[in-house]
Amino acid sequence: MLRLAVLLLVAFMTLPTLVVIAVSFNPTAILSFPPSGLSWRWYVNVITYPQFQRAMWNSLVVTLGAVAVAMPAGTAAALALARAPRGASLWATLLLSPLVVPGVAAGLGFLILGAALGLLRSRAVLIAAHVALVLPFVVRSVWVSARNLDPTLERAAASLGATPWRAFQRVTLPLLRPGLLAALLFAVIVSLNEFVVSLFISTRLTEILPVAMFTYVVNYTDPTIAALSTLFIVGTVVAVWLADRFLDLGGVFLHHR
Amino acid sequence: MRLLLTPALLVVAVFAAALSALLRYSVLEFVPGSLQTGGLSLGNFTGIMSRQYLGAVWDTVVLSAATTGLTLVASYPVAYVLARTPSPRVRSTLLVLTLAPFFTGAIVRTYAWVLVLGNTVVTWPVPMLFTARGVLVGLVHFSMPTMILLLAAAISHIDPVYERAAASLGASPARVFRRVTLPLSMPGVVSGSVIVFAWTLSAFATPELLGGGRVKMIANVVRDLALDSFNWPGGAAFAVFALAVTLGLLAAVGRLTAGSERSA
Repeated sequence: MLRLAVLLLVAFMTLPTLVVIAVSFNPTAILSFPPSGLSWRWYVNVITYPQFQRAMWNSLVVTLGAVAVAMPAGTAAALALARAPRGASLWATLLLSPLVVPGVAAGLGFLILGAALGLLRSRAVLIAAHVALVLPFVVRSVWVSARNLDPTLERAAASLGATPWRAFQRVTLPLLRPGLLAALLFAVIVSLNEFVVSLFISTRLTEILPVAMFTYVVNYTDPTIAALSTLFIVGTVVAVWLADRFLDLGGVFLHHR
Repeated sequence: MRLLLTPALLVVAVFAAALSALLRYSVLEFVPGSLQTGGLSLGNFTGIMSRQYLGAVWDTVVLSAATTGLTLVASYPVAYVLARTPSPRVRSTLLVLTLAPFFTGAIVRTYAWVLVLGNTVVTWPVPMLFTARGVLVGLVHFSMPTMILLLAAAISHIDPVYERAAASLGASPARVFRRVTLPLSMPGVVSGSVIVFAWTLSAFATPELLGGGRVKMIANVVRDLALDSFNWPGGAAFAVFALAVTLGLLAAVGRLTAGSERSA
């Protein structure tokens, strides 16, 4: 009984994804299921459609820019939180707060701010917004690792003559690796998929892939988005599977509060 | 400590600057046909209560409540098995299937439902796409991963000994669930429900794509006002309203879970 219910519910959760994958190989522009044949033409369309090429480039620039700022800033903050347990929860609440702000509020806020500063034609506002949106994920992931770090190890390195930088490089950093990898993974995934905030602050020239996909879905009905979605889905499943294998996702999501 | 926190705090300061720009615009007067604003006014907030928009607010509340209830019922069995299964394979499979949509973007997930609800796969007896029904299905699907994770975390904290004790004293499995498991998992049920309700209140992509302009929730009204009518003050007031309700609800759940932990 329970097993049947869970099976049906898991089917409800996963079937739409399978439909997208099946439709992406549909040979005609008119959607049909099951597809009447197999074709790669929508994948070709994804790669050759100029607006998607531009959006892929924008996604790459924005995500790399956001990760380059958020990773060091978030890691430093997580180390600070792990070392000063007193008062840490207040700082943590502040740093994690962008997570709970509705997308349209953040999006319109950044639109008004960007317009006031005259920055809306560049990708600067997009990158700034993405940094704020991925920072909570970086802080959380690194914090989990940093909390389990034994401070005596660093002191041992220092007492053996290592400079603070060398102790950080040779002792702290390797011990933080699982947290850092998880942080990088989350930051990249969250930034690549961010939609609502980006919709408010991008133009046709700066828009990232999810915004370009949204515009396409609203205007066209052919399976191009199914092909692009399939690429996203495959990438995400592989990333989450790797993370579960090597990073103990259950430890992060089930026992950790 | 200060030095290590500074870069992250600067990032949060930029975010706070964006939110204060939003707050400021929400109390400025809208001048039609211009991005320039007039003087201070509370007109944007009374506008929310006008007949034109009250429907969207009402639909948002009803859809959010329905989504919360359905998501709770649909997520509990999955969360229970995820937390209790002895097989690492089942646990790992469920975890990946739960987390994968969690990390798949809103557009990809919603587009899947555009295909499923739009008579591509099956022909629905009643119209689904561009109706509130269809939006509800999409919202439940969207909320399930979050709810499953929160419930599974709560259930995995319950010592199975209690359930075995109840069973050994002659309680039927249904009774064990009703009298032991469910009450002990209440912290997860409450926090999961409030979080899903709060998130659904500001849902955007699902009603935008599955509602097709015929079903509008608060976030869709914000977009229409800000990006179509260039009424930034009006949109800002709606966004501030959504923000205030979300923060209020999350603060309430924070207090509730903190309270239950202290008593536990």
